[in-house]
Amino acid sequence: MPTKKTIDGQSVAETEGNIKNLSRRNFLGYIGGASALLITAAACKKDDNSSNSGVNLGSGDPGILNYAYALEQIEAAFYTKVFESPFSGITASESALLGDIRDHEVAHREFFKAALAGGAIPALELDFASINFGSRDSVLATAKAFEDLGVSAYNGAGKLITSPDYLLLAGKIVSVEARHAAYIRDLIAPGTFADGLDANGLDMSRSPSEVFAIAGTYVKTKLNISNLPTT
Amino acid sequence: MKIENIINEIESVDPEIFERLDGRRNVMKNFARFSGKIALASLPVAFGSMLSKAYGSPSGTNDAITDVLNFALTLEYLESEFYKAGYAAGVAGTLAIPAGAPLNAIKTIRDHENAHVNFLKTAISSMGGTPVAFTAASFDFTAKGNFANVFTDYALFLAVAQTFEDTGVRAYKGQAGNLMSNNDVLTAALNIHSVEARHASHIRQMRKANGGLVPAGVNVKPWITLNQSGIGSTAVQASYNGEELTTQAMVSIINVGGFAISSSAASEAFDEPLTKEQVVAIVTPFFA
Repeated sequence: MPTKKTIDGQSVAETEGNIKNLSRRNFLGYIGGASALLITAAACKKDDNSSNSGVNLGSGDPGILNYAYALEQIEAAFYTKVFESPFSGITASESALLGDIRDHEVAHREFFKAALAGGAIPALELDFASINFGSRDSVLATAKAFEDLGVSAYNGAGKLITSPDYLLLAGKIVSVEARHAAYIRDLIAPGTFADGLDANGLDMSRSPSEVFAIAGTYVKTKLNISNLPTT
Repeated sequence: MKIENIINEIESVDPEIFERLDGRRNVMKNFARFSGKIALASLPVAFGSMLSKAYGSPSGTNDAITDVLNFALTLEYLESEFYKAGYAAGVAGTLAIPAGAPLNAIKTIRDHENAHVNFLKTAISSMGGTPVAFTAASFDFTAKGNFANVFTDYALFLAVAQTFEDTGVRAYKGQAGNLMSNNDVLTAALNIHSVEARHASHIRQMRKANGGLVPAGVNVKPWITLNQSGIGSTAVQASYNGEELTTQAMVSIINVGGFAISSSAASEAFDEPLTKEQVVAIVTPFFA
């Protein structure tokens, strides 16, 4: 293992190596336990400065799963609210497809919660006060921001993941987020499904700190991402 | 990923690949490495860092990476030439793509696929590999007569486009694990992967707007529901088989966590990968 991060001197790399070697059948159960251990260890760590206090996402692959879980919590809660209090003038087609997106995001959130088991971070306290749920423009602009952010977050997280199984899981989800993003963008302005690519026709990727700098507006719970992998 | 396997797989698509590629392979390798280094000076910073990292890794790893990128390049050529021909037919009026937003969208997607071709060509060359090369003449978009009217029948054109995009998403997804040894290449591939998904989403909306979906009453959404294509041809089914999965990493997604998640929504929420072998089998009929 090239990465040797330690939490209170304990080798995380060794744990990750063990996870990699587990059979597919058992590895998630194992991850649940392993990440619980890691997060417990992280939570016991007292030498962080106060700016790093808060809910610790953890380190290694479990940390990245918690990172994804946090983002899916935001998206799922947002679309749940959108569906509960539809913006004025919503069409039947929009209502049906926004309902689909809500279901997808709830499925993602609950999947991560189940997969992380005891290692999952708690439910985050969210703040959507800046969103006018009665306004089509406000809701769709926020949806676009969340979906594009989600795509860039998963794209940027790929290289931080050490397990091929988790990389594949992230891949299974990110393309669905990209489908959402394209649909929402087309609702706002037809034909803008992939605006914002670079000159090579590539989508954007963002690091966890870049993502939380944007998503943080909507999260009241203090998050500690200092143990997440950065390379 | 074994090099031999990749060459064999490409050979099954393009029987002349050995003559056109393998014979040149060893001869070209040193030259490509040399020219790649020269080209470095003019490349953007991020791309340059990808290359310098690639140069720092063992050549065996590089070969494995460039073989995956050549597989991706093959698919991007397929898409690029398809949209070039489709857009040209649309402009000429022989393919009834409505003027305005629909024709513009096809142009946009064509340009992205072309950009992907150029990006991958540069990446492969610069890493010391030899990019595969295809032209319009390399392809048979009627798929041996299965889609005889693909460039005169707008609904059929969109159906084939949807199949290519959804297949492309699955193909990139299936290769991500093979790129883990090079973070920058992996990130670039992921950044293409999500663009293919954006294309798929838009083409699917165009199909819904155009109508004529098969079977009658089927709903085509921006995302893939179960293993439904909405296309009246069994020839495309291999691109959708497996998408009906509703269990992820042993977690059943239907009603997960006590929330009402239908089997349709559970399948839509996760896109599934295809292996290289599966993709090659799917695209083989489209090579002349």
